[in-house]
Amino acid sequence: MSVATSLLDIVREELGKHEVEKLLLVRVRYGALANLVPEALEFAFEVLTTGTDFEGARIELVQNPVRLACGGCGREFEPEGRELLFSPCPACGEEVGHTVLSGRDLYVEHIEAE
Amino acid sequence: MDIPVIRNVLEANDKMADQLRKLFARHGVLVLNLISSPGAGKTSVLERTLTDLRDEFRMAVVEGDLQTDNDARRVAATGARAVQINTDGGCHLDSNMVLDAISNFDLADLDILFIENVGNLVCPVEFDCGEDHKVALLSVTEGDDKPEKYPLLFNLSSVMLLNKVDLLPYVDFDVERARRFSTRLNQNLTIYELSCRSGEGLTPWYDWLREALKAKRAAAEAKA
Repeated sequence: MSVATSLLDIVREELGKHEVEKLLLVRVRYGALANLVPEALEFAFEVLTTGTDFEGARIELVQNPVRLACGGCGREFEPEGRELLFSPCPACGEEVGHTVLSGRDLYVEHIEAE
Repeated sequence: MDIPVIRNVLEANDKMADQLRKLFARHGVLVLNLISSPGAGKTSVLERTLTDLRDEFRMAVVEGDLQTDNDARRVAATGARAVQINTDGGCHLDSNMVLDAISNFDLADLDILFIENVGNLVCPVEFDCGEDHKVALLSVTEGDDKPEKYPLLFNLSSVMLLNKVDLLPYVDFDVERARRFSTRLNQNLTIYELSCRSGEGLTPWYDWLREALKAKRAAAEAKA
């Protein structure tokens, strides 16, 4: 819910900048490690826009892949499967101590309005 | 009209957290964000720490809970300053709440500020409160696979306190497993096994606090 509130603050500010009022769509990108439940955000978005001038606007959530740097050899890779942080490095097989390069991001990418 | 944006959804919180961090740095206050499940013993560890170190440091606590000021009253009984935030259902503290709360303290008169977050291993990790370190608290009455299930907290924390070790003979908690996975997630994680009930293992945790405060003060002086 607090994510949806912050999201709508940003949307309002951007619409103001571009002098448009009717929100059609907002696209959000989130990393697989961002602890975001897409259904929960969609629901919160619907709740917060119902009965407002944003009612009926759509929210589109797109997941960004996780990128890690191997704790052993430093090679950068995108883990496959659900292990994420514990995934073996494709180069050396190390499973330990990977650094998260990206995957915690959560940002508004794009707004459609008129 | 298509509007390209690229703005971090949590930017408002992150900006405020950066401001808080500057403010704390100016006063040389060490700030720790204490995160655990409900019942792991955040308040008990704090009570013990505040009591044992009260002649050494000036300490204050920001308490986060959904309801009641029970915890603020508990820690205030040790003589520390305490402010309760009730989130009324919110599952984490954010930097705005912390800003409101610290207006009750004189930062110039503080050494260490503890932020006791809402009991939850997920959302509190995402909301920076301007702290120097996140401290993860785990207890042996929980599953030893918590670090595997909630990796981000252990990945981002500086310290993990493993509490209630006096109960180890009565539970199936595998300390080695918890240690192995936490260290896998974060090679720089410092782990202390302790019991705030029996008092065992507290000294290394207190030494860590002393060193962390020293480092903070040194950084503040280098800047001044």
